[in-house]
Amino acid sequence: MFTLIAVLAPLVGAILAGIARPFIGKNLAIGASILFMVVSAIAGVTTLVSALQVGIAAPLHVLNWISVASFTPDWSLRQDMLSLIMVAMVSVVSTLIHIYSAGYMAHDKTVPRFFAYLSLFTFAMLMLVTANNLLQLFFGWEGVGLVSYLLIGYWYERPSANAAAIKAFIVNRVGDLGFAVGIALTYFVFHTISFDGIFAAVAAHTGDRYSLFGTSFPVLEVIAILLFIGAMGKSAQIFLHTWLADAMEGPTPVSALIHAATMVAAGVFMIVRMSPVLNAAPVALEFVTVIGATTALFAGTVGCVQNDIKRIIAYSTCSQLGYMFLAAGLGAYPVAMFHLINHAFFKALLFLAAGSVIHAMSDEQDIRLMGGLARKLPVTWLMMLFGSLALAGIPPFSGYYSKDAILGAAFAAHTPVAMYGWFCGVFTAGLTAFYVSRLFFLTFHGTSRAPKHVQEHVHESPLVMLLPLVVLAFGALGSGYLLKYDFIGGGFAAFWGNSIQVLSTSPMGLLDSAPAWAAMAPLAAAIIGIAVAITFYILAPSLPGALSQTFGGLYRFLLNKWYFDEIYDALLVRPALRLAKFAWRFGDEQVIDGVPNGLAALTADASTQTVKLQTGSIALYAFIMLIGLLAFLSLLLWVR
Amino acid sequence: MLIPLSHYLFVAGLLLVIGVFGIFMNRKNIIIIMMSIELILLAANLNFVAFSGALHDMVGQVFTMFVLTVAAAESAIGLAILVIYFRNRGSIEVEDVTLMKG
Amino acid sequence: MIVNLAFYLFSFILLASAVMVVSSRNPVHAVLFLILAFVNAAILFLLAGAEFLAFILAIVYVGAVAVLFLFVVMMLDVDFVALREGFQRYAPIGALVALVLLVELAMVFAGWVIAPGAQSARLFPTPADVTNTVAIGSLIYTNYLVLFQLSGVILLVAMIGAIVLTHRERKRAKTQNISLQHARVPADTLVMVRAELGAGAPLPDHEKETL
Repeated sequence: MFTLIAVLAPLVGAILAGIARPFIGKNLAIGASILFMVVSAIAGVTTLVSALQVGIAAPLHVLNWISVASFTPDWSLRQDMLSLIMVAMVSVVSTLIHIYSAGYMAHDKTVPRFFAYLSLFTFAMLMLVTANNLLQLFFGWEGVGLVSYLLIGYWYERPSANAAAIKAFIVNRVGDLGFAVGIALTYFVFHTISFDGIFAAVAAHTGDRYSLFGTSFPVLEVIAILLFIGAMGKSAQIFLHTWLADAMEGPTPVSALIHAATMVAAGVFMIVRMSPVLNAAPVALEFVTVIGATTALFAGTVGCVQNDIKRIIAYSTCSQLGYMFLAAGLGAYPVAMFHLINHAFFKALLFLAAGSVIHAMSDEQDIRLMGGLARKLPVTWLMMLFGSLALAGIPPFSGYYSKDAILGAAFAAHTPVAMYGWFCGVFTAGLTAFYVSRLFFLTFHGTSRAPKHVQEHVHESPLVMLLPLVVLAFGALGSGYLLKYDFIGGGFAAFWGNSIQVLSTSPMGLLDSAPAWAAMAPLAAAIIGIAVAITFYILAPSLPGALSQTFGGLYRFLLNKWYFDEIYDALLVRPALRLAKFAWRFGDEQVIDGVPNGLAALTADASTQTVKLQTGSIALYAFIMLIGLLAFLSLLLWVR
Repeated sequence: MLIPLSHYLFVAGLLLVIGVFGIFMNRKNIIIIMMSIELILLAANLNFVAFSGALHDMVGQVFTMFVLTVAAAESAIGLAILVIYFRNRGSIEVEDVTLMKG
Repeated sequence: MIVNLAFYLFSFILLASAVMVVSSRNPVHAVLFLILAFVNAAILFLLAGAEFLAFILAIVYVGAVAVLFLFVVMMLDVDFVALREGFQRYAPIGALVALVLLVELAMVFAGWVIAPGAQSARLFPTPADVTNTVAIGSLIYTNYLVLFQLSGVILLVAMIGAIVLTHRERKRAKTQNISLQHARVPADTLVMVRAELGAGAPLPDHEKETL
């Protein structure tokens, strides 16, 4: 019941803000949207608390949807622990961001539209996490993709925003294709797409194989990899990551909500949700680990040299998602969920704090033009400090516990793939600490490098923007320590129950079994990273410049994001554009348009030629008439 | 009838052909064309009368009267048109009459 | 015997004058040859027993239509010399068409037989005891009355049409239009004015302008 309220309230808020705005006015629309979000948050937390106290409820059937032979997905809300945790997190974080947006977007012209989109997004995300079958999950999946497009391109007068929105949508589409094929294959194999049905039948299909291209592939592996491709697109893993950095064209609250806490987490959520299927596909799990580890490393390296405050945080999101997939690929799904929850809090905090900085700096986003803001923005400074320490993985902040758990699981698994993951993870931990410290110091410390008029305008954000930051800071501070026992500690099996399937062969029980040097490695790397950042940006500010000159090639390679965009452009975008242009110029204009145009021209031509028959010469007419008469007579005679 | 029917028919046929030939030939003078038309009509009348005499049926002669009437009316109007055409154009050359050119 | 000879003679003259009609250089000659052709045709009609039609032919065709042709030919001031050029160009085709037509007519006549029941299928057998004129008259005023009247209407229409087509408005001298004069009202022409002694009558406005 409360779950239903939690899921539907944002939809009502979205409709009110979006459609009823002309009737109820701008402020009331915003207020209604926020109010319904608060209702949703309360309901979400209530249902989680009730589940913790009373126990897990059965899935709540809401509506019949499709009923075709054996294909009968319906609208129902799954209320196991995995869903409820996500519901609570999404609704609370979304509410905080709604409140924050009331202040951040105050100067915008069409604010109710923004709130409508935010609430609509929350609705779609909640549908995704409470789905009881793959089709409903896909509905939420596509819904969040759509609203992400709408929100990235929110300031649609900017061509860069429009391009970024399209890019996000198309790259997501590539992933969604894999996902859709995976769902289809799931139906063909299991004859059902409801989670309970699939999970019950996994064991029966472990031996099935597809015969293709001369060899055979296990069915479950194929399905698992296809589903993961969908997750790669949605969670911006390497190869399908190019959209995330450009998605920063959207307003900062959008980046906080969608591209930090919720939408990009949907991929991780989906993989964890399909844990029974993944567990039966070890090759796919290894693939997941490798991709996750590589993404973490890749994004970490790129984040070190970026100059836009939001892009740095975006690449850190990409990197942290890689960590989550690293954990999921090892079979340690609860660890991935733990990191997801922690990450939601501190990443949202970082983004909102960055938004506060941008707001103070009159929409300046380049950190090379910031500096010395610590005195002028004390609250923001503190919030950013909390978020940065959480991201870097410094105890007692939340990030430390989850990152440590991930790397502990990797080390404990000890397979070659897991060790690759471990090395990548430790190195990236150092990189993470480095770049977030770089961000922090360049933004808040040193002398200001901003132009005069911007410096004069620097002011602390209003209370409506600072309050959500404070609430999130509490989360970033406490969520790690408080949730550790239930999520990944001794009580994890009782906590998660049947919502996540953790095999006995997973490293879940061995998280703290690594030797001391291995257990301390991530923290050590983080401290080294911070120390390097202090050296570069506080003690010897000329050093980074000199290094980038010396290692010019490497610097440019990292600055250009390993040239992924350029490679994709040459390999995929340009040929596609050429094909489209060919199809337009030749196929459409000449062939398809040629038929009606050609017919018209033919008719006109034919008439011009035919008109020449009408010479007006009476003698000729008489002539022709007589000859015609003669011909007719001859015909008659011959026929008779 | 004392003269065999075929003789009359032959004469009428020849007259018709001469009239047709006249229409073809005279590109330069519309009046000659109109006169050729009169010859053709005369051939038809001759035919009717011949048959009327051979078959002893009065209908042929009655019909000939009507043909005569129509021929007279047609040549009157035709010549009137010719007269005003000449008044406006100054020429009755057949090949110049191309006002209806499309 | 005599009749046959007469037939051959007159038919020969008929055909010869028809040829001369189409091939004369001078259109006046052509019209005259047309008249000759009509006269000969009338004689042939006589030989076939249709006296009434023969004389009607003479009166109507020769007396009216051919004369009309003559009038028009005389009236149109055409340069006849230039007209005869180009005659030779169409001779072959014309001859071909004529020849083909002739051959076809011959074919039709050759394969033609009178049906056995033709005698009894006559619509109006020629009465033996009355003249041709009476015979025709007894038909057109009874059975074919409507057609007769209609042919009258056709002639009327042709006459009106010819007059309307060739009518010319001439600038004529001003004639009196009696009805217009009668329709004039004193108010259009007379105005009573009050004249002062020594000042004279005030002029109406439209007259003032002309002064």
